[in-house]
Amino acid sequence: MADTASNTIARAAAPDARSLLRRLAPFFGTPLNAALTLILLWLMVRLGSLLVDWAILNAALFPAEPETCAAATGACWSFVIAKSGQILFGIYPPAERWRAGLVCILIIITLVASARPSAWRPGLAAIWVGMMAIVLWLMGGGFGLVSVPTSSWGGLPVTLILTVFAIGLGFPAAILLALGRRSSLPVVRTLSVLFIETIRGLPLLSLLFVASILLPLFLPESLLPDKFVRALLALTIFAAAYLAEVLRGGLQAIPGGQSEAAEALGLNYWSTQRLIILPQAIRIVIPALTNTIIVMIKNTSLVLVVGLFDLISSGKAALSDPAWPAPSTETFLFIGLIYFALAFSFARFADFLERSGAEKRG
Amino acid sequence: MNDGEKLSDRAPAIRIENLGKSFGDFQVLRNVNLTVCQGEKIVVCGPSGSGKSTLIRSINRLEQHQSGRIVVEGTELTNDLKGIEKIRSEVGMVFQHFNLFPHLTILENCTLAPIWVRKLPREEAEEIAMHFLRKVRIPEQADKYPGQLSGGQQQRVAIARALCMKPRIMLFDEPTSALDPEMIKEVLDTMIELANEGMTMVCVTHEMGFAQAVADRVVFMDGGQIIEENEPVAFFSSPRSERTKLFLSQILGH
Repeated sequence: MADTASNTIARAAAPDARSLLRRLAPFFGTPLNAALTLILLWLMVRLGSLLVDWAILNAALFPAEPETCAAATGACWSFVIAKSGQILFGIYPPAERWRAGLVCILIIITLVASARPSAWRPGLAAIWVGMMAIVLWLMGGGFGLVSVPTSSWGGLPVTLILTVFAIGLGFPAAILLALGRRSSLPVVRTLSVLFIETIRGLPLLSLLFVASILLPLFLPESLLPDKFVRALLALTIFAAAYLAEVLRGGLQAIPGGQSEAAEALGLNYWSTQRLIILPQAIRIVIPALTNTIIVMIKNTSLVLVVGLFDLISSGKAALSDPAWPAPSTETFLFIGLIYFALAFSFARFADFLERSGAEKRG
Repeated sequence: MNDGEKLSDRAPAIRIENLGKSFGDFQVLRNVNLTVCQGEKIVVCGPSGSGKSTLIRSINRLEQHQSGRIVVEGTELTNDLKGIEKIRSEVGMVFQHFNLFPHLTILENCTLAPIWVRKLPREEAEEIAMHFLRKVRIPEQADKYPGQLSGGQQQRVAIARALCMKPRIMLFDEPTSALDPEMIKEVLDTMIELANEGMTMVCVTHEMGFAQAVADRVVFMDGGQIIEENEPVAFFSSPRSERTKLFLSQILGH
């Protein structure tokens, strides 16, 4: 019994050893490859150990006080821990931060809940409108909550609100612009082209400056929307122009026979676009849409130039506390991680959408 | 067809008078006159570029005509959108390249227009769809996507999709031209079945066997004009014009 067992193991082990050799061959096959492998391994170990020393072994954590950082030679995570409220929520009144936190959670839950294609029903749009209204109420106050002006909003909720609103409002606008650009009505077509080309031709920064600095010069005080709203408007039309061009690419890829078949069945123009053309066009441009949307997530950080406190400006404000040694690397690593989490989860989501569509259609 | 009643005694389903259309300098249709009676089956043939597709596509206004009149089921085709949508929901069309909606299942392809145009409840639309899918003999494919079906199956779905709107007229624009030879028969059989049930049909095709089997009249077009029209027996046995003779010798000659 023991004999056969060991034989089996030996037989199983032999191919394993061979396959291990085969796998190592590319790394050690020639003297040059072997040398490169060893040098790179050594570098990885050296740098990796430095990183581990800095980020973990020699890092300062608790208690989250400036003294802890002063005593440590590594990363000053104590600062990020002590200041996390300020980095995440900026100058939002500390006593009301729970509201800002709730806003972030609400937005993320709604995003996750709408991710599955089976959730895409007409009711979803109503849920989003409701969510946006609740978000504005929680952030701004009124109706029983202490009022917080937009000038005191800051941090992650600002980044999330700008992203979700700019894309949420920009996407329907982009659909209209893309359809308008292909319209057979000359006026509609010309206006769409004019809008798209003008907005695409301007840097986002200049749009934000126009919205925040030039607009107040032209408009009387009473007609002037809030600065936050103006920045959001600039981001929205910028997103709309770019998304419109991405969508147009998808529309052009749909053969003319599709709208002919829909029209021959008696569907009108809007039903044809909504039920037949757009679902196919959007699926085709998912990779390009993902790209544009990820860029838009990060573009929201540009609002700091017009004096709004997004995540990055909140981080910078936190760093200005003289009681601390201003560990900017740690702070920006923390902020970078949040941006990465947002962008990466969105990219994975888009990937999932693409694959789920491809499997179904064989 | 009732024996006592001649086709021409019935109200016309389609009346085309002095139809004209051009793409730029190129005159695609000139002075075309054609009346199709209720229940009549017309086969339109002719060399490529003769305007036969443009003619059939004018009947549900996928092409706009520039002169003359088209009256379908008593409604004249004008720029009035409501009138066009009404006519389109009464006139089914089958295309050369099927034009099924690839992002919808076979069943959804068939229920789309009944739900969104006829405003039928989903259950009723699905019942009708399954009825016609059984009729074209592919009910078992209902939950598949068009890309998973053969060309012949796709064209039969396209016929079922059009029938789900309960149209009074069916237009076929070269329905078998894009099919592999072994799949042509299954589509033609479906069309013959439909013809035998009394559907008014206008069919652009080069399938002369089909024309001989079901057509009440064969219309020959060349250069944007109707050159000759006749009952199939007479049309094939004693064509009057030289151009018809030449065309027939070319497509029947091998």
